[in-house]
Amino acid sequence: MSGARFRPDFRLWGLLPAWVIMGFTLILPIGIVVLVAFGTRGAYGGFGWGFSGASFQQILFQKGWTEELEFNPQYLEIIARTLWLAALTTAICAALATPVAYYIACQPPKRRAALVYLVTLPFWVSMIVRVYAWLIILGNDGVIEKSLRAVGLVEDIDSLLFNNTAMLLGMVYSYIPLMILPVFASMEKLDGTLIEASHDLYANRWVTARRVILPLARPGIVAGAVLVFVPCLGAVLEPILLGGGKQMLMGNLIQTQFGGGRNWPFGAAVAVVLMALVMLVLMINALRTRPAGEAAA
Amino acid sequence: MTPRGKAIEVKEVSKDFGTFRALESVSFEIFDNEFFTLLGPSGCGKTTLLRMLAGFDTPTTGSIHLHGRPILDLPPHKRRVNTVFQSYALFPHLSVEQNIAFGLENLGWAKDRRLARTAAMLDMVHMTQFARRRPDQLSGGQRQRIALARALAPEPEVLLLDEPLSALDLKLRQAMRDELRQLQRRTGITFVFVTHDQEEALDMSDRICVLGQGRIQHLGTPNEIYEDPENRFVADFIGETNFLAVEVLEVTGDRARVRTPMGLEVTTFQKGAIAGQKAMLSLRPEKIGMEDQATGEVMRGRITNRNYMGGYTHYTVDVAGTEFRVSKRNAVTHGQSFEPGREVTLGFRQDSARVLGR
Repeated sequence: MSGARFRPDFRLWGLLPAWVIMGFTLILPIGIVVLVAFGTRGAYGGFGWGFSGASFQQILFQKGWTEELEFNPQYLEIIARTLWLAALTTAICAALATPVAYYIACQPPKRRAALVYLVTLPFWVSMIVRVYAWLIILGNDGVIEKSLRAVGLVEDIDSLLFNNTAMLLGMVYSYIPLMILPVFASMEKLDGTLIEASHDLYANRWVTARRVILPLARPGIVAGAVLVFVPCLGAVLEPILLGGGKQMLMGNLIQTQFGGGRNWPFGAAVAVVLMALVMLVLMINALRTRPAGEAAA
Repeated sequence: MTPRGKAIEVKEVSKDFGTFRALESVSFEIFDNEFFTLLGPSGCGKTTLLRMLAGFDTPTTGSIHLHGRPILDLPPHKRRVNTVFQSYALFPHLSVEQNIAFGLENLGWAKDRRLARTAAMLDMVHMTQFARRRPDQLSGGQRQRIALARALAPEPEVLLLDEPLSALDLKLRQAMRDELRQLQRRTGITFVFVTHDQEEALDMSDRICVLGQGRIQHLGTPNEIYEDPENRFVADFIGETNFLAVEVLEVTGDRARVRTPMGLEVTTFQKGAIAGQKAMLSLRPEKIGMEDQATGEVMRGRITNRNYMGGYTHYTVDVAGTEFRVSKRNAVTHGQSFEPGREVTLGFRQDSARVLGR
């Protein structure tokens, strides 16, 4: 009896360490970022106390010669490019990961475990090293250029690096395991007799994939899409290394403002916009999956 | 009965799983409009055979024809057969209606024809009011009906049923038996039914194919299989029986004269008996009379055990060291029951016993 009375208290106190850690490492830093975003720019970097919306204004407008506000699409373009690349990465990851996940799910259990292990293997290597590897593959005199030359297809090619495609490639490569794993998890649960039933009812392979396998794997694909899309929004390494800093994304825009740009309030403002976008994606997902999840349960 | 067309011909079908031979040169024919049952213990190859008809398994050797056309080269989605799966395998993401229409859409039926057929199927299985439900909102019996409707909707040449009643509780199973049988008569579609439940098979089938150890043990009507089993396996698997090791004295046509361990000489129908060799005499428990019903060959014994089953009582009677199972209907002798330990007279007619050489 005393244990039962004690439990509600313990539930509160037991969670305290988690609350403290969350407070200090998540909520407090976010608060600081928001505070900085509304602050003023310091003379030598840093920031000054105050309250000004100037940094957010700077995302959309720039001051002309006579201090009048002119619309400046420069940063909007970066935000749009970030969203576009993240969406494209997610779509490509989903398209590539679904057949891979299905293949793995169809293997005998022992082989399945080995293949899943192989999918997670890249996580054991530092992200920087993995992205850097693409510099060697795509770069001047890189693996691709050399082999193309060896086959005699080309004499000399312009650099394959430092463009949107290179960034996209790097992002797909970095985040595809995050898509494969949840899709695999939902396909592994798929009842094989449903596929047989589909064939039995005159559906060929493609119809079965479209009408049975994909709808049943949808929760996995949605989970994977969130896992890929959200980190893609904040990608820093790919635009710096593979985009060469020429193609800005929000991630390296923020990094530049805090680093070289020495405009902390502006960097913080972009970061707040980024966080808002992430929140939006997560909220849409939560609203979308709830009714579907109830129907599937 | 008028001669009927052959719906399915299975010719010398064998199946190996590695070194294990699951089916050994199995041949049989299934006629149009027939309720045909594949009956056998688990692992006898009956499900493998059904999966071969559906196209999910291929025989190692042999051929299968559907209405005269070889089908082994056709993938499952090109065979005009449909399956009712043991687990029903209803698509969880589709409504009842959409489940039933699934096959029709793949066959390219026009929308109005599809809707009419789906509605007719729902009506046939009395599930019209559940059309928009999802499978997980249905009970086991309701799912069973939808699985049936879904498989019958595309008007298959043959309907395959893989132990469809095994997941239902007893009362429901009884009701579904009658419903299945009626459905088969009404639609006129050939049913191939797989089960390990002999009672189900006897109740529903036109003909039963008893499979054991990968071979056909007996193929015949329920009556033939129960009354005149081909061999000991069939006599033992279908219903209950007493086996007496006997010596075959003489074989004349379909009859044999044998001597029991008690020294009794019996002349009756035989299968596979060879004069001078050992055989088994099979005697069903309900064919042995007790006390005032003991007629024919009479023996004295002592009751050693009694199992009261409601409608009838099973007795175990010891006759000079040989145990007999005797079944007695309780309706005839109201309230009369024999206590274990009591001396009783048993009797059986010679022609109700069967001599089985194999």
